[in-house]
Amino acid sequence: MTTMPYLEPRQTLPRRLLDWVVEWLPAFVVFALGLVTWQWILPDVVGIERFLLPRFSAVAETFWTERDALWSAGWFTFKEALGGWVAGCSLAFLAALVLARWRPLGRALMPYAIAANAIPIIAFAPITNAWFGTFSPTSKMAVAAVLCFFPVLVNSLRGLTSVRPESIELMRSYAASEVSIFWRVRIPTSLPFVFSGLKVASVLAMIGAIVGDYFGGSIEALGIQIRSSVGLSQFEYAWAAIVVASILGLLFYGAISLTERLVLHWHPSRRRGE
Amino acid sequence: MQLGGTSSGARAGSWAALAAGRIAVLVAVLLALGSLWEGYRWVWMSRGWTWPFEVSDRTMPHLHEIVAQLFRQWPEGGPVLGSTLLDAALFTAKEAAVGFAIGAVVGFALGAVIAHFRVLQRGLMPYVVASQTIPILAVAPMVVVGLGSGITVFGYAYVPADWLRVSVIAAYLTFFPVTINTVRGLHSADPLALQLMHSYAASRWTVLWKLRLPSALPYLFAAFKIAATASVVGAIVGELPSSIQSGLGGAILNFNQYYSAEPKNLWATNLVAALLGIAFFLAVVLAEKVVVHRAPERFA
Amino acid sequence: MSSSELVVSLKGVSKAFAAGVLALESIDLEVRRGDFVSLIGPSGCGKSTLLRIIGDITEPTSGEVVVNGKPARKAREDRDYGIVFQAPVLFDWRTVERNIALPLEMEGWDRSRRQARIAEMLELVELTGFEKHYPWQLSGGMQQRVSIARALAFSPALLLMDEPFGALDEMTRERLNLELLRIWAETGSSVVFVTHSIAEAVFLSTHVVVMTPRPGRVSACVEIDLPQPRTQETREDPRFFELVTEVREALHATGADEVEEQLAAEGPA
Repeated sequence: MTTMPYLEPRQTLPRRLLDWVVEWLPAFVVFALGLVTWQWILPDVVGIERFLLPRFSAVAETFWTERDALWSAGWFTFKEALGGWVAGCSLAFLAALVLARWRPLGRALMPYAIAANAIPIIAFAPITNAWFGTFSPTSKMAVAAVLCFFPVLVNSLRGLTSVRPESIELMRSYAASEVSIFWRVRIPTSLPFVFSGLKVASVLAMIGAIVGDYFGGSIEALGIQIRSSVGLSQFEYAWAAIVVASILGLLFYGAISLTERLVLHWHPSRRRGE
Repeated sequence: MQLGGTSSGARAGSWAALAAGRIAVLVAVLLALGSLWEGYRWVWMSRGWTWPFEVSDRTMPHLHEIVAQLFRQWPEGGPVLGSTLLDAALFTAKEAAVGFAIGAVVGFALGAVIAHFRVLQRGLMPYVVASQTIPILAVAPMVVVGLGSGITVFGYAYVPADWLRVSVIAAYLTFFPVTINTVRGLHSADPLALQLMHSYAASRWTVLWKLRLPSALPYLFAAFKIAATASVVGAIVGELPSSIQSGLGGAILNFNQYYSAEPKNLWATNLVAALLGIAFFLAVVLAEKVVVHRAPERFA
Repeated sequence: MSSSELVVSLKGVSKAFAAGVLALESIDLEVRRGDFVSLIGPSGCGKSTLLRIIGDITEPTSGEVVVNGKPARKAREDRDYGIVFQAPVLFDWRTVERNIALPLEMEGWDRSRRQARIAEMLELVELTGFEKHYPWQLSGGMQQRVSIARALAFSPALLLMDEPFGALDEMTRERLNLELLRIWAETGSSVVFVTHSIAEAVFLSTHVVVMTPRPGRVSACVEIDLPQPRTQETREDPRFFELVTEVREALHATGADEVEEQLAAEGPA
């Protein structure tokens, strides 16, 4: 327990820049190798055909020429994912608050929430289509919301109940009210758990919005465009749409991670630079 | 660690009480969910509320009728729906299990290699991690349809069986979490234990086998639990664009088309799909109980 | 303020846990203003439970607990004492200064008053300059000093300490012992201190209360007549060794050894 006080290493800017380049060099090399493989080795040497994976240059060209259609579809789908994410995560957090308040109930229901995580919820997409209409964004939002619900519920409940008993005893010694304990101890303790739930949920929301389209959806949506372009053998367009979906997924996840870093700047994990 | 000195008789008694308690909770939870469903249905129908959606026999059939549908012949004079769905579930389970096995083996092997070479770790891990943030499942149509025309590698043509194409999706979804957690798990060994092995002059293989692998097991199982669900999802979604009729995905598409005629079929199919997902998950939980003998720890 | 003023008075306090285990049996204990009382005894003798009963964190099954002439609950609600646990129990999400500010926020102190008090406390535990650090940026000893500063922040008349230095190395522990004595002398508060270490108890205390295990009872109260203020040299005083021996013998007479063996045989619960 006698660790040295943490001291920020002080280095010159060029030195840090060099370290950064060395650190990420292998990643850049892999990126370049990946592109070379995609562009030449797979089609020319291995003999992978266009319908499996078109050349990088072909996908990149479509990504540029069809940018308006692709991004408007991407935006349409992202709005569905975001709506579902907000609804699902808020409901899940509220449910976690209720279950954390009545601990025996929470303890009894926890295994079921975990098991519910194992249900292929995406298969319910046709049912939400029947509820809200096949072409309505609400039906995709509903699927995304249900997908988000269980991981956020499980994580939030874990967070809210993982408070050290001594912290509560300390607050009791100050004659703190339950409300005060809730805001000053339970919520801050739960935040790291909640954020990891929110991150998982962001990926699930995107999947829900895109894959939900495979059971039918608006022609403006990304998932429908992926499916129909595959059907029409426009593989370049399909892959370009995947790239759009990936960029949006990455941005969504990145935005939550950034918020997490800002909110949890105190968190000990920051010392390992994870 | 030695267990306490309580007699095994008392333990068996408390075990029975525990099992009875669990079953009671299960029944209570199912009853609560059931009454929530029926209660919601009743209130919304009797009040005529249409927000967020109109409740009717079409949108929310009675639960008992959904279950009863499993024992009805479909189509008329044909086999019982439950047995059709069981066949479909077994077919999908085969796709998912084969995909899971392929994904787990490839994912573990790659993870072990990455963990072994630091350069590889720095080169590949960012992409493996980033892959967790993108909707990978979106490539399912391309892979399934693309593989349908066969694959030519160095001039050798190979056309995989229909179900195997779907397994590729399941394998793909299994692969990423397993790789990430293999790397994390193999690095999770206690540094002191590593120094101890060093003092025995243990070979790399011995260290891997006797220390790193056992330390990695909880991480591996955490990944397997995620992957078990993902492989079932992958199998169901993979069936959608491939015109494979024999699995649950095919059944969902089929019953979706005739939803207005008979909504209960789709609900029954989803019930079976949910049970399949939970069964896969529980299989991994059970395997973990058998393999990992240590105090339960929480891994995300 | 008379020196005989009672700060803590326990009469016939017993505590039984749900499983029927009797943790404490008819404990009588008095702590006067300015006393430094150590509770010592083997694992499972209920000394931490006793401390928590004084602090109204745990309720006794029977008996009377009076703190500052009030029932324990009233004393807690009036924030009459500060508590320090074995672990620092600092909030990861608060900086050092905001951790110390926590009880002051509860008391409703305004910002400028809080700032002044925090500066004073940090000086007392010799951590000036670490205001903006987060707990994980400090060593174990520093973290424990922050938690002592937090406990002292609203100048409680009574300080409850549950093995506060148990997790620290010997060097840090001896240094913090001296620091605690200095703070105790400066603030004039009373201390109830739970420890495993005979030497620590004798070095710090005005009275050492020896407890028996299962059920916990008070078996002896040794008055420590070492001169004040105590210094590093006190540890080499022949009287120090005599008192250590006296406490050790009182402890062995309780049958502590057998209980320790019994606990070891049962393994971790």
